Amino acid sequence: MPRDHGATITDRLDAINEFDREPVSDEHLQGPGNFIGFYAGEHVAGTEFVIGPLFVAHGVSAADLLSGLVLGNLLAVLSWTFICAPIAVRTRLNLYWQLRKITGPKLLFLYNIVNALMFCFLAGAMISVAATAVGIPFDIAMPGLTDLYPSTVGWVVTVLVVGAVVTLLAILGFKQIARFSKIAAPWMFLVFVACGVAVLPELGIRSVGDFWTVANAKIWTGTPLEGRVHFTFWHVVFFAWFTNMAMHIGMADLTVLRFARKWQYGLFSAFGMYLGHYVAWIASGILVALALQSAGEIAPGPIAYRGAGLAGLAAVVVAGWTTANPTIYRAGLAMQTITPNWKRWKVTLAVGAITSVAALFPALMMRLLDFVALYGLILMPMGAVIFADFWLLPRLGLRQHYADWKAIAFSWPAAASWGVTLAACWAINAAWGLQIFFLGLPGWFIATAIYVVLSTMQQRTSELVRAGHGGGNRA
Amino acid sequence: MTTLLKVGSIAGLGLTVLPSVLVFTGRLTWTTHAVLMAVGALLWFATAPFWMVKDEAAHRQATE
Repeated sequence: MPRDHGATITDRLDAINEFDREPVSDEHLQGPGNFIGFYAGEHVAGTEFVIGPLFVAHGVSAADLLSGLVLGNLLAVLSWTFICAPIAVRTRLNLYWQLRKITGPKLLFLYNIVNALMFCFLAGAMISVAATAVGIPFDIAMPGLTDLYPSTVGWVVTVLVVGAVVTLLAILGFKQIARFSKIAAPWMFLVFVACGVAVLPELGIRSVGDFWTVANAKIWTGTPLEGRVHFTFWHVVFFAWFTNMAMHIGMADLTVLRFARKWQYGLFSAFGMYLGHYVAWIASGILVALALQSAGEIAPGPIAYRGAGLAGLAAVVVAGWTTANPTIYRAGLAMQTITPNWKRWKVTLAVGAITSVAALFPALMMRLLDFVALYGLILMPMGAVIFADFWLLPRLGLRQHYADWKAIAFSWPAAASWGVTLAACWAINAAWGLQIFFLGLPGWFIATAIYVVLSTMQQRTSELVRAGHGGGNRA
Repeated sequence: MTTLLKVGSIAGLGLTVLPSVLVFTGRLTWTTHAVLMAVGALLWFATAPFWMVKDEAAHRQATE
């Protein structure tokens, strides 16, 4: 791989001590506590105040929700543990430098633009969530379920202020973010629980025995709101599994898990899944059911305030920050390979600015289920490419990191895997009406198969050409 | 000192979650619950960073 910026870039990166381009060294590996804190902090987040309510809006029944989340979250934890973590601890490289060896710098450039934008939009949704809490003391009108565009100056100012603070924290780096998440996580989780429990009497639940009856009659009724698709058990399973598709089978968490001592640390994602994507989704569903029943505001800030007062508002803000920060950090890493001569803080500042502008649009927050599914699907094929390159190619007698070895700037097998997989997913959706939440599974196998077949063709053809020219030299 | 800080943190978490249970059982008003939760939050963030960061540093030293 050509290092056209050579020592200058390396020196700068050494100076900020982030190991972005080199494998993480043994002395900088981190223990279980950091990963428990990281996953719990990231997934007990402000967006849980949106996702739980959207399940209610999509008319999930109580039984489908509770059982679907158990299975879907288990599949997500297993994906982190058996697909992402083993590669992370063997290579110790972040996603972008791992991909660069496979795709070549030009394809990586394209991927990074898409990746950084997706992360910006995701972090934007989290900043929007935090802003719904910050705006309450100033009596700022909150967006509703159907709002797509910013509607008041107060909303715009609030979002930009929150975005500026989140960006500042992201500039501080991974360790500070992990530390902040770790401190806030236990408290945030309990706020979610307390919010849900405190409003149960208002829904008519006065004893544990009332819960199931009221849950089916007033919370997860099985009837969607107007204009929303009806969600079944399988919707819940696949949504819970693929909410973080970009992170586990999409391999974005190579960047995080490269700091793990063992691949089994992938199991610590369970702290995020079962606290955040189970308990917190249930609690926020309860809160929004109450808001819908009394025709109140359904934005995260107002429903958290209804459950826990000022502590609820603080939790929404903190939860938004702790999730937006690592997302902006990841986006910053993605951008850094596009602008290698920029200092880290400048890259993160640019990412934070894009994120804050995206956060102005409530559509990101109110259509979060669809956006999350789409962003995971778009990024997932490259995770499948990494998986195939790491595990399958050597077993087939093919070379790993072929683009790096041949100094190829644009790997056409990887590009075709990405593009054809997305086209195939679109075709499956168009031909059979399979919703976006389900496309990740066939998509992963399609991407893996295409990459293996095309890599075989590329490497065999190259060998034939080389043989025909008397061995030839490496490009 | 660390023990005192940890006790403060546990009290903070207790004040965060227990009042909601009392609201559920009808023994506390929502307003009191909200006030106690705010006190719990202050207590947690005033105490937890000190011992959590200290624990982390000690753990790092032990593993290096």
